[in-house]
Formats: sequence, structure tokens, C-alpha cells
Amino acid sequence: MRRILMAGLIGLVFGTGIAVSGMANPAKVLNFFDLFGTWDPSLAFVMGGALLVTAIGYRFVLKRPAPMFEARFHLPGSRRIDMPLIGGSAVFGIGWGIAGFCPGGAIPALGLGEASAFIFVGAMMAGIFAARALRTAMAARPQNA
Amino acid sequence: MTAFTPLASFVGGTMIGLAAVLLMAFHGRIAGMTGIITGLLPPVSADWGWRAAFLAGAVAAPLAVTLLTGTPIGFESPVPTPWLIVGGLIVGVGVYFGSGCTSGHGVCGIARLSPRSIAATLTFMATAIATVFVIRHVLGGF
Repeated sequence: MRRILMAGLIGLVFGTGIAVSGMANPAKVLNFFDLFGTWDPSLAFVMGGALLVTAIGYRFVLKRPAPMFEARFHLPGSRRIDMPLIGGSAVFGIGWGIAGFCPGGAIPALGLGEASAFIFVGAMMAGIFAARALRTAMAARPQNA
Repeated sequence: MTAFTPLASFVGGTMIGLAAVLLMAFHGRIAGMTGIITGLLPPVSADWGWRAAFLAGAVAAPLAVTLLTGTPIGFESPVPTPWLIVGGLIVGVGVYFGSGCTSGHGVCGIARLSPRSIAATLTFMATAIATVFVIRHVLGGF
């Protein structure tokens, strides 16, 4: 139960940061990318603040033998820079540039009750679901076919 | 035009960072929205409880901020609905194959100096800038 409650509280902190920073505002996000037009550099400060706290905080946290509620830290093991990583990230950037929402910005934007956030999140969920089904199907196919 | 808000953006950024540090300290997890959401789509992962709670907290946050401060959160979407759908589908496919988004790669991964996350973040920032350039300055769109 404390795991669930704490996760809700941490989500609240995350969503507050997103809302206060402007990351939930597509117009602001799109202007951040519009270097040659109505550029708004604010989001560089979001990244700066987030990285500063996370880089310092992780140094202390990851020195501990384990997290409070779990037996071990769940850290991504792969170090390979491969095609799915770069291709997927390139595709994500195109979608982000079209819609002005990234996943972390769109979820808190649902709480604003804006229709555009619901439309985007619905489509994004469908995209993740379809991508996972595709990968599962590809993995199930015999390699010599 | 949107107003330049360095202070609010920096303060918001530090809160995003605080959430990332706390989720690692308590749950041992990367605060990546892609990973958290993916575990909630069918087939739902066994540890769905904390994921759902994190999302619920994140959705409740703007309302809480508005109630506490009395000022509404700035929101404006210039994007036509068909393009929101196209953009959403593309984002979903991209973050799944790319194993993360702005929060997972851009914040948590770079903070750990992960070469994968640095490469991913440079890539999606570059294609986002290129996409906005094409839409606004080549096609003359939104």
C-alpha cells in the first residue's frame, strides 16, 4: 500500500513540475523547436533544472544497496546504440514536432481537461499498442522464413 | 508567441528531477513516461499498481496547482485534430521502439550519462526541430 501511495505522491510532484514548467503546453513546446521563427527558449531551463537535480540525486540514491521498497534497482542494461533506438527516437521527434506533446507532457495535460490532450493520448496509446504487437509478431516469426 | 518563462520553467524542471530521484530512491525505477505507460497496456504487467498511481498523481497535478495557486495553467494547442492523431500515433510507435521519451532518456538517462539516452535525446530533438521547421517555414502550416 505504501508503494502505491508514494508512487501517487511522486506522480503528483512530476505532474506539478510538468504543469509549472510549460511542458504540458503544446504552443510553448512547438515554439521551443521553432529556432528560426517564434523561438521560446524556456524549455531549455526545464531540461537544465531537471538534469541538475536528477544527476546529483541519482549519485546519492544509486550508492545505496537497494531502493526503499524493492530488492534492487531496475536500470536498463543495454549499452548498444542500435537501429531501433535511433530509428524510434527519430520517429518520436517527428511526432513531437507535429503535435507539440511528448508522453510526459501529455499525461498531466489530461488533468487540464483539454480535448486535444485526450485525442493525442488516445492515439499515442494506440501507437504503443500497435508497435508492441508488431514487435511480438516479428519475434514469433521463424528466423529462416 | 509564448512568453519566455525561465524561472517557472527552471523551478518546474527541478520538480521533475525531484520526482525522478524519489522514484529511484523508493521504487528503484526510471521515471520514464513511456515505460510507465507501456506496462499498463494489455498484457498488463504484474506491477501495475504503482504505475497507475503515478499516472493518477500526474493527471491530478494541474488541478491541484490551479486550486492551490488560483492561477490557471497556460495551455494552447495550435494543432488541427487530424494532425494530433497522426502525431500521437507516430509518438507512440517511436517511443516504443526507441525505448523511451523526454523523461526516460532526456532526464533520467542523461543524468546517468547513458550513451544510449544521449544518442536518443540528440536524435529526437533534431527531428523535432526539423519537423517544426518544415511544417512552419516550408509548408506554412501550424
